[in-house]
Amino acid sequence: MKNWKYALVGMVFGLALTKGEAISWYRIQEMFRFESFHMFGIFMTAIPTGALTLWLLRKTNAKTFEGEPLVVPQKKYHHGIIIGSLIFGFGWALTGACPGPLYAQIGAGFSVVIVGLLAALAGTWTFGRFQRFLPD
Amino acid sequence: MDFLLAPWPWYVAGPIIGLTVPLLLLMGNRKLGISSTLRQICAACVPARIPLFQYDWKKDSWNLFFVGGVLLGGFLGGVVLANPKPVALSGSTIAYIAQFNIAHETGLMPASLFAWQELATVKGWLLMVLGGFLVGFGTRYARGCTSGHGITGLSALQWPSLLATCSFFLGGILFSRLILPFILAL
Repeated sequence: MKNWKYALVGMVFGLALTKGEAISWYRIQEMFRFESFHMFGIFMTAIPTGALTLWLLRKTNAKTFEGEPLVVPQKKYHHGIIIGSLIFGFGWALTGACPGPLYAQIGAGFSVVIVGLLAALAGTWTFGRFQRFLPD
Repeated sequence: MDFLLAPWPWYVAGPIIGLTVPLLLLMGNRKLGISSTLRQICAACVPARIPLFQYDWKKDSWNLFFVGGVLLGGFLGGVVLANPKPVALSGSTIAYIAQFNIAHETGLMPASLFAWQELATVKGWLLMVLGGFLVGFGTRYARGCTSGHGITGLSALQWPSLLATCSFFLGGILFSRLILPFILAL
């Protein structure tokens, strides 16, 4: 039952993605063509908001609501960061969706995106299947 | 009531998206990262003895609840509070898509492209099936997507995430310029 609170946070996140039009195929085309500030505005406010609040949490030695020390996410370099992200960028231009918006687009009434989500699962599975043949 | 239906400006949507990162950390050291759910679903449904899918996916089941919420948020924002007007695109984007007979009409997605019957066309298949496949393949290869690298990783000042973000933007920009126009013209 304790997981339901994450559904609530996800709903607010999904609502912001949707009402902010970040799940719009039109907006993604516009972004990649640098024809509007809108999507860049979202990134340029989301990231500093996250960075500033994380900095404050660290500065004040904040604990989780359950009193555990905070573990700030770390990301390691591997070549897949570049190769994989380029491939992901191609897919983002086609679908107008990164993984979060795939879910939100389905909710927003575009039921055919279920096929896009299944294709994304197939992509993830295929990567797993062939991972050992690919440069890390 | 009109203000409830109007789209949110970037300076409202952006900070709410950004606040998800500290909130999830405070709720129990959870890391915002949506492409992980694709790995989880693979691990739960078709692990097929693949090493990538041999892990305790149930430990991250909070994330499946999270994306269930994202889907509901999409319903709330895209159906219940749907904007009655078309997305306020720039004139040059409207002119660009008009070349391919894509109507700029009400709705977040062009209904003429993202419809079930379009799966029977090469164009629809490339946009939805190939596109989805590349999103799933690429994000797992990079171990993160727009949320995990772009929002979470950059908020935590992780330089590999900056490299990931530059790379997926570069991929999207190059693909949009060099290849997508040929697909949309099909």
